[in-house]
Amino acid sequence: MIPLAWYLVLSAVLFCIGLYGVLARRNAIAILMGAELMLNSANINLAAFERYVAAGSVAGQVFVIFNIAVAAAEAAVGLALILAIYRSRDTVSVEEVDLLKG
Amino acid sequence: MSLTQAVFILLGGMAVLGALGMVTLRNLFHSALAMILALLSIAGIYVLLEAEFLAVVQVLVYVGAIAMLILFGIMLTRDIVGRASAVRNRQWPLALAVSAGLLAVLAVALVRAAWPLAAHAPAQGSVADLGLALMGPYALPFEVASVLLLVAMVGALIIAREARE
Repeated sequence: MIPLAWYLVLSAVLFCIGLYGVLARRNAIAILMGAELMLNSANINLAAFERYVAAGSVAGQVFVIFNIAVAAAEAAVGLALILAIYRSRDTVSVEEVDLLKG
Repeated sequence: MSLTQAVFILLGGMAVLGALGMVTLRNLFHSALAMILALLSIAGIYVLLEAEFLAVVQVLVYVGAIAMLILFGIMLTRDIVGRASAVRNRQWPLALAVSAGLLAVLAVALVRAAWPLAAHAPAQGSVADLGLALMGPYALPFEVASVLLLVAMVGALIIAREARE
């Protein structure tokens, strides 16, 4: 039997790697990928807690499915935004997209 | 160490390796391939958690759809050759410190916490139970999610549409 803490620590590691990707990468698509990884680590947590703490219910899995739906919507809209920015600014580096900077 | 624990360590190691490759590789295309490795390993983790349906959905939606979408995005926005930009921005040491600090805090808290574990783990809810839950108590969020997906699809089409005079 795998201890619950193993899943939680794995998910924390993935979350922090994703957070680093979001904070440190310059390419907007790489930032989006980091956000997807963070969502995935949250999904592992939901499934693990359901399995170990609320076994028998399916609430955790239902929430994971909603989370995946939201992540898919986020990826589609995010990539559309990045494409639109690339068309008008000819770059996907977030440091060069500073129209709103005073 | 039992066999399942060994499998968990293998899958978890692959997931962490893929995630590290994703945030560090210079070539964005390689970085997306590393992300696919991480996502597939997470599908294996779902199998270990006896959530087979989630594993299938993970492969279908993440590896099949989102990863493909990201690969297309990378190919469509390939930077003009000769303008090689750095992978990391100027604040990356701070980002590394924040991420490592959060990881340290989370790891200590998660390992020390006393979770109210179920005394005996009964059989995980089956796919049929999941479907009944989605159509029963979670019917409203289910419908809202479909509206959200429709709105996202229309929004993505409008935002990414070629601007015409």
